[in-house]
Amino acid sequence: MIEFTVNGRKRSADVEPEMPLLWVLRDVLDVKGPKYGCGIAQCGACTVHLNGEPVRSCSVPASAAAGQNVLTIEGLAQRGRMHPVQKAWIDHQVPQCGYCQSGQIMAAVALLKKNPNPSDRDIDAAMTNLCRCGTYARIRTAIHAAAQSMKPAKA
Amino acid sequence: MTTPFHQSRRDFLKVSTAVGGGLALQLAIPAPVLAQAAAKGKGPELTAWIVVNPDSSVVIRVARSEMGQGSSTGLPMLVAEELECDWRKVRIEFVSTSEQLRRNRAWGSMATGGSRSIRDSQEYLRRAGATAREMLLAAAAQRWKVPGSECDAENGVIIHRPSRRRLRFGQVAQGASKLEPPGEVKLKDPRDWNLIGKSANRLDIPDKVTGKPLFGIDVQLPGMAYAAIAQCPVFRGRLRSVADERILGARGLIKVVKLEDAVAVVADNWWRANRMLKTLPIEWDAGPDGGASTASIREFVRFGLEDTSVPVARDEGDVEAAFAAAAKVIEAEYYAPFLNHAPLEPMNCTALVEGGRVEVWAPTQNAEATHATAAATAGVPLENVDVRLTHLGGGFGRRGFQDYTRQAVAIAKAVEGTPVKLLWSREEDMQHDYYRPMTLMRFKAGLDAAGNLTAWRIRDASHSILAGVRPQDIKEGVDRHALGGIVDLPYGVPNLRIEFAMRNSHVPVGFMRTVFHSQNPFMRECFVDEMAHAAGKDPYEFRRALLQAKPKDLGVLDAAAKASGWGSPLAAGAHRGIAVQDSHGSYAAAVFEVSVSGAGELDIRRVVVAVDPGHVVNPDSAEAQVQSCVAYGLTSVLWGEITLSQGRVEQSNFHDYRIMRLAEMPKNIEAVLVPSGGFWGGMGETPLAPLAPALCNAIFAATGKRIRSLPLSNQGLRLV
Repeated sequence: MIEFTVNGRKRSADVEPEMPLLWVLRDVLDVKGPKYGCGIAQCGACTVHLNGEPVRSCSVPASAAAGQNVLTIEGLAQRGRMHPVQKAWIDHQVPQCGYCQSGQIMAAVALLKKNPNPSDRDIDAAMTNLCRCGTYARIRTAIHAAAQSMKPAKA
Repeated sequence: MTTPFHQSRRDFLKVSTAVGGGLALQLAIPAPVLAQAAAKGKGPELTAWIVVNPDSSVVIRVARSEMGQGSSTGLPMLVAEELECDWRKVRIEFVSTSEQLRRNRAWGSMATGGSRSIRDSQEYLRRAGATAREMLLAAAAQRWKVPGSECDAENGVIIHRPSRRRLRFGQVAQGASKLEPPGEVKLKDPRDWNLIGKSANRLDIPDKVTGKPLFGIDVQLPGMAYAAIAQCPVFRGRLRSVADERILGARGLIKVVKLEDAVAVVADNWWRANRMLKTLPIEWDAGPDGGASTASIREFVRFGLEDTSVPVARDEGDVEAAFAAAAKVIEAEYYAPFLNHAPLEPMNCTALVEGGRVEVWAPTQNAEATHATAAATAGVPLENVDVRLTHLGGGFGRRGFQDYTRQAVAIAKAVEGTPVKLLWSREEDMQHDYYRPMTLMRFKAGLDAAGNLTAWRIRDASHSILAGVRPQDIKEGVDRHALGGIVDLPYGVPNLRIEFAMRNSHVPVGFMRTVFHSQNPFMRECFVDEMAHAAGKDPYEFRRALLQAKPKDLGVLDAAAKASGWGSPLAAGAHRGIAVQDSHGSYAAAVFEVSVSGAGELDIRRVVVAVDPGHVVNPDSAEAQVQSCVAYGLTSVLWGEITLSQGRVEQSNFHDYRIMRLAEMPKNIEAVLVPSGGFWGGMGETPLAPLAPALCNAIFAATGKRIRSLPLSNQGLRLV
């Protein structure tokens, strides 16, 4: 039995220690935000935060999450209010098919946490998730916009 | 309301099998039965498309699949434009196939491909909106006992002009639903549109940024089992044997299902199913194609260029005499490889077979074909099937094929009573596509002393998609679909001969975004550039001269040239390339600005794409489609290639089938929308068509090296 915290709730799963976190989330705990795209950490559709760090959950064994904090797209909104990155994604009409966007948003949230004012180059380096619909230009714009909106208001 | 569709189940079947991958259906087709509609939702139904709730919120039904192109917003906009409802109170609902069947195809075609959603349904959707509006107006007029002509509908409210009385749609919807729909309705003049042509936020985006379980892969049912599949790695091969005793008693195992050409493991979660599958010793019978390679297939297709007797698609004037008289003759041969669609959501389908009924949940581009496939596979009548359409994690043409539905239903039949979600691994998806066809083309052109084009001969040697799905459409050996952009080329040329050699290898081929306009424009428009170069003329001006009888093509060519500053000085090292191509009912032209270093480092500095789709419904979505086409198209041009060895596909995942990433996306993309009105064209594919040739022509301008074979990564070029 592996126990860990998902989006602030204690969860447990009776799974093999090597079962990837992605499949524990999706098929055992019914947390469907993280998506399967490749299974080899290439596409990033499965991106979640493990103790605040973005990871590709298709390639993280369940055992590595034991006792840790997992945050998925479902846990991003606070008290019913969307995260500024989610809002920016709507303002800039980023998603097309939407399949990669849970992973894109989790990657962007992690980037902004580390680097509240990323340059284009920083975005290039951090945002390596694949989007087959080609929403990249809007992802870039939305990250810059979210960075602006998250700046503490000047006194 | 009179429906504009032929009301018969025969049509349902006909349409359903059109993209069914050659599926032969042997079903008794009952006589048409007019079914009375049961109103869904809280409020009454006004037409098949529209439900008005008591709170005046409106449900607009969507019959086409949403795969990212935005039609689940654009289609309701067309309805709402005429309905005059409050757009902020519009919700959508996908049509289920059992309702569609029961109501004799009340919603028309559900097929989603060929950039047809808007252009094929715009008229009947607008009529549906107008019909419902007239019914609401009539109901309000009846209640007020005033002439209908004194009432207007606006933003979800009926207003009696003389008395300024108002009734909300929800207050008169019940009354309206009992009225006879008007026989004729008048559609608004485009000048009076309030919604169409103005950017609207997409209705599906809030759910997509909050991780809602929208996709086929997200379907979750009580007691559901999960299936992983391994298909014979050589196309057309067969399963010989599988040592399934090896995994008996393994944790989570429910069943091993043997299909003709595949093995599926059903388990209590997908990871276990897939892991067990990987440990299963499977013996395949590769069949006669087990020795095929890219080289052998290319040689096989290329024979079509040498063959001395092939069908002729067009023969005008006398090309041979014109070549003999020409001042200059040029020849060139072009090649485009197989490509994989690679939607990010791998193929999947959930099915439940129980008590002679089949329920299917599928991300499909053709829900009716999915329905017919499920019925045929389970051996039940069409009436005993229902397909629920999910959102699609990308389609690009791949999900018009029903192979994964067939498998899911066959597996579900083997575990009757248990719902099963079949999910392909990325590796299966990469190696079992209906690939973009490998195509070769040879051109010969004659120019007179003034550099005018006098003769053009084109020999196309290609796989045919129609041969697999609609062979009856291939007339006298000529597949005009495979000749898209060639047989209908817009250029005026006095002597023209177009020949077609159909060369089908064992590799399954299919419709991939822009279909043959994915590779044919690359060949045609690069060769036109070769002509211009040989004629010593500017490639833009050369095209202009040949397009004098084609104002729409000329219009987008001019728009792209103007927006890009064609002919104006460029930064040091930068060069331009141009191309034009109409497709899917619309017109597009592109200009690329690039620089190429001596070491082959390609820098794409600017991309300008002009598009004329007649009318633009949602400009922001249209711009998104241009950006999408740039990412999808450039991925193919830069890196896209599926190769074969030992009869099987060599690529397996995204590490060896490269997809453009954010850092590689050109930063400077301009979508120039120039809707000229009077027609409705597609938007999801047309912008892609001119990209490859415009880029390759820019590379020629920069380097003097003519690109005649893709991808660019095989031509010593590397994106920086």
